[in-house]
Amino acid sequence: MTQQQALYNYALRLGDNSLILSARLSEWCSNAPFLEEDLALTNMALDLIGRAQAMLKYAGEVEGKGRTEDDLAYRRGERDYYNHLIMELPNGDFAYTMVRQLFVSTYELFFFEELQKSTDATLAAIAAKTLKEVKYHHLHAKDWVIRLGDGTAESNARVQKAVNALWMYTGEMFEMDHADTMLLKEGIAVNTDNLKLGWIQMVTQILALANIDLPADGYMQTGGRKGIHTEYLGHILSEMQYLQRAYPDATW
Amino acid sequence: MEQAQETLLREFEEKIECGFAIEPKDKMPAGYRKHLIRQMSQHAHSEVIGMQPEGNWVTRAPSLRAKQILLAKIQDEGGHGLYLYSAAETLGVSRDELIEQLHTGKAKYSNIFNYPTLSWADIGAIGWLVDGAAIVNQVSLQRTSYGPYSRAMVRICKEESFHQRQGYEIMAKMMAGTADQKAMAQDAMNRWWWPSLMMFGPHDSDSPHTGDAFRWKIKRHSNDELRQKFIDKTVQQAEVIGLTIPDKDLKWNEAKQCYDHGEINWEEFYRVIGGDGPCNKQRMEHHIRVHNEGAWVREAAEAYRAKQQYSKNA
Ligand SMILES: [Fe+2]
Ligand SMILES: [Fe+2]
Ligand SMILES: [Fe+2]
Repeated sequence: MTQQQALYNYALRLGDNSLILSARLSEWCSNAPFLEEDLALTNMALDLIGRAQAMLKYAGEVEGKGRTEDDLAYRRGERDYYNHLIMELPNGDFAYTMVRQLFVSTYELFFFEELQKSTDATLAAIAAKTLKEVKYHHLHAKDWVIRLGDGTAESNARVQKAVNALWMYTGEMFEMDHADTMLLKEGIAVNTDNLKLGWIQMVTQILALANIDLPADGYMQTGGRKGIHTEYLGHILSEMQYLQRAYPDATW
Repeated sequence: MEQAQETLLREFEEKIECGFAIEPKDKMPAGYRKHLIRQMSQHAHSEVIGMQPEGNWVTRAPSLRAKQILLAKIQDEGGHGLYLYSAAETLGVSRDELIEQLHTGKAKYSNIFNYPTLSWADIGAIGWLVDGAAIVNQVSLQRTSYGPYSRAMVRICKEESFHQRQGYEIMAKMMAGTADQKAMAQDAMNRWWWPSLMMFGPHDSDSPHTGDAFRWKIKRHSNDELRQKFIDKTVQQAEVIGLTIPDKDLKWNEAKQCYDHGEINWEEFYRVIGGDGPCNKQRMEHHIRVHNEGAWVREAAEAYRAKQQYSKNA
């Protein structure tokens, strides 16, 4: 693997994570528990599309084959998508979506804080912009997880169930592969190993405020980085890519 | 008592006559309040129910930019719903009550959203024609007599004209595209044109609420005047990008300096209002289901708030 390939993979994966989570969040549009929350979820979906656009555009530039962000989003099959599995899981109920938001945004808080310092100027600039958005996503998720966890018996049970179900998808965010280690040496990538402790401390603290028990350590699901996904991703893509695939000569 | 009421009404109407805005704390006749609540809540519900047909294409938007524009537009509509619910609340009715009225069928929403969005071109057609028709209506409501309503309209109109341009852009792009795209765009035009004209309501001669609404300056232009305005501005826009208006009787009237149009299918209009449009049941079931599914979230938020309040006071 050349450094160029590694950087392409790196930007692509970051783009895929944003794109697929934005696809899930946007499914809440006109489905949220009340209007204000509908707008908040749409807002976060919009932030994530913007981030995906920037990352995929950069991936295309690094690759140097003239592919645009739309080519990468709409003309790639599921085996060539590299997002973490947690992003593609169906929304579930509002508690499930909020717990996922908490796990992901807490991770991103630490991740983009570090990526800001990347020696790659483009990644650093995207990270700086992203960090502002992620701070809001984190606050929003934290607020809801605490409110729901400390709300009624029903809402507490739903949050606990979501935490238990999503826990095994959190390990993947901290994996390091060949591309990561290669770029880490150049000061381009983030050492996600170093983020683990901060993540677990912050999540533990928030779940404690929410009266939610931390699940026991267990097996962590993996595969996204190799393009081995859950059954759900194919369906996201077949909807998302429908027009581009059905009318390959059209521009929209 | 009766006399006091009459004096009140006369003073109120004089105030309106002089062009004063009515504010929430002002005295107002019960009929005025009732008319406004009905109209503003119908407007708010329309913004919110309108999120559904457009939401139908969110997961299938054909480019990242298209998806951004669509999501942002739907978000604007939700925001319009919020301003309007808040404006209606100044008249002493809660959002919960208004939603309850929607669910029981006591309150209506715009008929146009009982039609389905069947292709991507429908997203263009809605922005261009439906938001375009809404703007014509809403521009005239910027000067409506009730202050909070008129101020909400000023804010809303700015965004609606943006939506209209974006919808038109989708149509223009498709008309400049492949044969399939052109066919989709024309098909959307054929399906949305007549329902858009119906958005202005019955002909003036058949419109039941016209009298009071005009005297109280809630309504400033008649249904037919507004419909005419919409037709005149839209026909040219269609021609520019090569879309045909699906009305064989449409022609320029030199003497009146406006377009004459064919007969609107009022039977369809009343049938859809009556509940037998293609999507009436779907729209209402969706809104009720989502509202019910969200109940535990709202209850939890309320329970948490109450606990915080309690520990603050303790
Ligand atoms: Fe609208
Ligand atoms: Fe609107
Ligand atoms: Fe609009």
